[in-house]
Amino acid sequence: MRPGLLVGCLLAGVALAAAALSLVWTPYDITQLAIAEKLHGPSVAHPFGTDHFGRDMLSMAMLGARVSIAVALVAVGIGMGAGVPLGLLAAANRGGWLDEVIMRGNDLIFAFPSLVIAILITAVFGPSAVNAIIAIGIFNIPVFARVTRGGALPIWTLDYIRAAEVSGKGGTLISLQHILPNIANLLIVQGTIQFSLGILAEAGLSYVGLGAQPPTPSWGRMLAEAQTMVTLAPHVAVIPGLCIVLTVLGLNLLGDGLRDALDPRLRVLR
Amino acid sequence: MLRYVFRRTISLGLSLLVASAVVFAVVELVPGDPASFMLGTGAQPETVAALREQLGLDQTLPVRYAAWAAALLQGDFGQSFTYKTPIAGMILDRMQVSLPLAMMALLLAASIAFPVGIYAAARRGRIGDAAVMGGTQLGIALPNFWFAMLLVLLFAITLRWLPAGGFPGWGQPGPAIKALILPAVALALPQAAILARVLRSALIDTQGQDYIRTARAKGLTAGQTLLRHALRNALIPVLTIMGMQFSFLLAGAIIIENVFYLPGLGRLIFQAISQRDLIVVQSAVLVLVAAVIAVNFLVDLAYAAIDPRLRRR
Amino acid sequence: MILTQDLSVTIGQVPVLSAVDLRLDPGTITGLVGESGSGKSMTALAIIGLLPRHAAASGRIMLDGQNLLTMPETRLCDIRGRRIGMIFQEPMTALNPLMTIGDQVAEVLRVHHGMDRKAALSRARARLDRVGLPDPRFPLSLYPHELSGGQRQRVAIALAIAERPDLLIADEPTTALDVTTQAQILDLLAGLVRDEGMALLLITHDLAVVAGIADRVAVMKSGRIVEEAPTERLFRTQDHPYTRRLFAASLHVPARREHEHARSGTTPLLQLRNAVREYRLPQGGRLRAVDDVSLTIRPGESVGLVGESGCGKSTLTRAILGLDPLLGGSIELDGMRVTAGRNMPPKLRARMQVVFQDPFGSFDPRWRIDRLIAEPFHLTGRPPDWRDQVAGALEEVGLDASDARKYIHEFSGGQRQRIAIARALIIRPRLIVLDEAVSALDVRVRAQVLDLLADLRRSHDMAYLFISHDLSVVRGITERVLVMQNGRIVEDGRAEQVIDAPRHACTQSLVAAMPRIPQAWTARPVPCPGPDISHAGRGA
Repeated sequence: MRPGLLVGCLLAGVALAAAALSLVWTPYDITQLAIAEKLHGPSVAHPFGTDHFGRDMLSMAMLGARVSIAVALVAVGIGMGAGVPLGLLAAANRGGWLDEVIMRGNDLIFAFPSLVIAILITAVFGPSAVNAIIAIGIFNIPVFARVTRGGALPIWTLDYIRAAEVSGKGGTLISLQHILPNIANLLIVQGTIQFSLGILAEAGLSYVGLGAQPPTPSWGRMLAEAQTMVTLAPHVAVIPGLCIVLTVLGLNLLGDGLRDALDPRLRVLR
Repeated sequence: MLRYVFRRTISLGLSLLVASAVVFAVVELVPGDPASFMLGTGAQPETVAALREQLGLDQTLPVRYAAWAAALLQGDFGQSFTYKTPIAGMILDRMQVSLPLAMMALLLAASIAFPVGIYAAARRGRIGDAAVMGGTQLGIALPNFWFAMLLVLLFAITLRWLPAGGFPGWGQPGPAIKALILPAVALALPQAAILARVLRSALIDTQGQDYIRTARAKGLTAGQTLLRHALRNALIPVLTIMGMQFSFLLAGAIIIENVFYLPGLGRLIFQAISQRDLIVVQSAVLVLVAAVIAVNFLVDLAYAAIDPRLRRR
Repeated sequence: MILTQDLSVTIGQVPVLSAVDLRLDPGTITGLVGESGSGKSMTALAIIGLLPRHAAASGRIMLDGQNLLTMPETRLCDIRGRRIGMIFQEPMTALNPLMTIGDQVAEVLRVHHGMDRKAALSRARARLDRVGLPDPRFPLSLYPHELSGGQRQRVAIALAIAERPDLLIADEPTTALDVTTQAQILDLLAGLVRDEGMALLLITHDLAVVAGIADRVAVMKSGRIVEEAPTERLFRTQDHPYTRRLFAASLHVPARREHEHARSGTTPLLQLRNAVREYRLPQGGRLRAVDDVSLTIRPGESVGLVGESGCGKSTLTRAILGLDPLLGGSIELDGMRVTAGRNMPPKLRARMQVVFQDPFGSFDPRWRIDRLIAEPFHLTGRPPDWRDQVAGALEEVGLDASDARKYIHEFSGGQRQRIAIARALIIRPRLIVLDEAVSALDVRVRAQVLDLLADLRRSHDMAYLFISHDLSVVRGITERVLVMQNGRIVEDGRAEQVIDAPRHACTQSLVAAMPRIPQAWTARPVPCPGPDISHAGRGA
């Protein structure tokens, strides 16, 4: 196995495992404040130290992983669920008016700075994790639609598609039977990348207070709260940041590794 | 060529039209109506009614959109609800920080990414390539606001080389530029990493093309072939990404401005959100969106400058 | 003069060239022939010093008493383009799309002489004139996309000969071109060798091409040169058994069945009346790709449709297959109207199947063979014994029933074409459209597939519409040939008559451009009947 893929699996695996574990167990109960213990550096009792309320940073980071991963995952689901069928539809009607409408719509969403619209949405509907999911998810749709169409178009020119047409198969059947299986790799790789971008976006939104709301911990909010205490206790800012970097790095390495392992010629959007 | 520019211009106009409609519509979707949303729950009914009238909410949606859009075209963004001053002036003030910041970041990102990407493509598959590409993986994974905090910790608080935040205004150009250095670096580095990777893979793609083999058969060295033939052909996907990055940079600037307490558009948007000043939010967002659409228009024109095949269409 | 001595190349542990000795004299054309994968291109790349990075070469390549293989890269760059030029197969992608043709030719001169742009451009002008792209019509400021394939190949030649090299290597320079263009490019190359005294190494899979132009021929197989001699002697004697097999295959004509025209009176199987199809051009305007075409195919008949690229034969094929609608006219299959898309009843579709050119793009790589072959059952409903039928079809095309569970990547090009035929056969259609079905195959494999097609037609009583750009292939397998030009059928007649006594100017130029091996040279090998013999046999 390639080293990149291995490291990627490991990092992403740890983040996923921590998030899953936090559903049933965390080292400390983070609803219990212990002001006396505040801003302790890493120790045996608190491997990641404590924050300004004396809460265990490891437990916070585990719970933060849960929110980040859940938001990013659902956002990828929204993007794939709507984007892939749109992309298939556009490719099946390539050159037609439906293709034109779908792709122009895509271009339009692409033209919007995604974070700005996410901010607009959360500003209007109120900050919450659900609104963050919707905002990030909407911007995943054109990505998947483009990648799907881009992957499907060269396949549509191949002779086996002609053979299927001569066998009386229509656009829908061909898309499902021939196109989708042949671009599955591409979608998996793009999905990994969007997953990592989703985690970054969620962190950014939470950091400015437009993501998950207190008391739900999230990596972005932990960083926001740490900002004023950076000079006193650098670990409160370093640890959530490292969580983000390592998870995103892991997912990116995983995506690249998968692409190289599956097919190095895959066209992925960054 | 003219035909191409004409078509792009039409599409620019259409994009702006749709974008303004979308931004307008999103604000309309606000729970309750904009007036009661802006005043909050404790507001007197009379005050709400007064604001409703000021916003023209008694008119139908299309009429209001038309009036709003017509005013926008004349540079009239309306009045801030909180400050009672023209929004156009506020936005113009803030743009003097946000635009130079985004430009600096884009320049910085490009000037890092091009040498790095070219180097990696030239050393493909060797140690140098692997090291550089490993570095870019890390760069992509960096949340820029966290990176900004680390930069502040190191260069402002520990080393005291650069200010930790604030902006003195362009009246003092030296300190003003100094104030933008750390934010620009924080924004640029992750984007430079992405750009370097795209450039590398675009170069590697073009190096597999037949015309590269032709160039080698002419007697060009590998390096000459890369710079004279591969680079220009690789520029097309790279330009696309740079266009998209401008949008990321503008948006990223919103967050970075918060880290560095810079009085840019981003700070304006957040202040307006916390003050429920929807008119300001709407206008500032629209300006950002329009800037991104305009940049993508320029990218389209750049394509035609590079690629003769596009000029004919 | 350039010599290769004991030239060997390995990639990893795999030898791709073994002990290749070639002598390339000034003013001579050396043909290097062989099937795909025989190492022809690798020989060329070794000589010009552009082997893939992981390839290792040994032996010697001598130029002026210096061994190119031991020369440092900087000195090799000085030799490439100046002493040795090279052109490649694919003219559409061989030129930088973002640079004018003038700059691309001038670049050679600038690199080797540090000439300033203006001087280099004026020299480039002269070279472009020489290769048949004269001044007012072909200004230096043109971009490659403004030229046709043949014109681009001329630009590629101009930049390869800009420095008047000692050796020009041409790797399948005409394979991607139409026959008439091919003839012009070959003429140009021969003229350049004559006028400028350079050596030409002409790499091709086509024996007829070297027969017409080369002074000497080397036959390559599995990385070795098995035979090398002056052209005529090599063609006449054919010392090596592989050479004989190659020759026999390239002249192969499948055995015909007896009563070909017996059913000329029966009702037509396929009938086109005044078919018209247009395209909207990207620059605006419309192109009439199929212009008032009428044709008939009788049951069991084999008809060839020949024309150069862009003549409209692909568009016509798509319309016949019911993939694209017509703008005017009608297509009837078995008396029923063929319509495009969903409107066409599956029962009607089931009477027609197709085999495509590309053995690699014709199959979904993720499907197993049984599913691939059974796909046409979508039209008829899958019978309960479909697996047995698939096994039967596989055996019929000379494959094994156990191949059904394999994936397509496990098969060679020739085997894939057999699988494509099995897929077309499975629902017993009355007409099979063969769209350049053997064009991508090596000569020996092509001969086998043509035999298979001839056998199947006999046993299943099917009609063929055989579409090709290559008259010589069509002649062997069809009874009647239609020639298409600019969207119209310009000639329709018995295959022999069309090829031996073409009436229309278009057909005449196609036939004239067709490269052939002089009949006198091939008289000796008995198993392949010459055109005269088959003609006589038919009359009886």
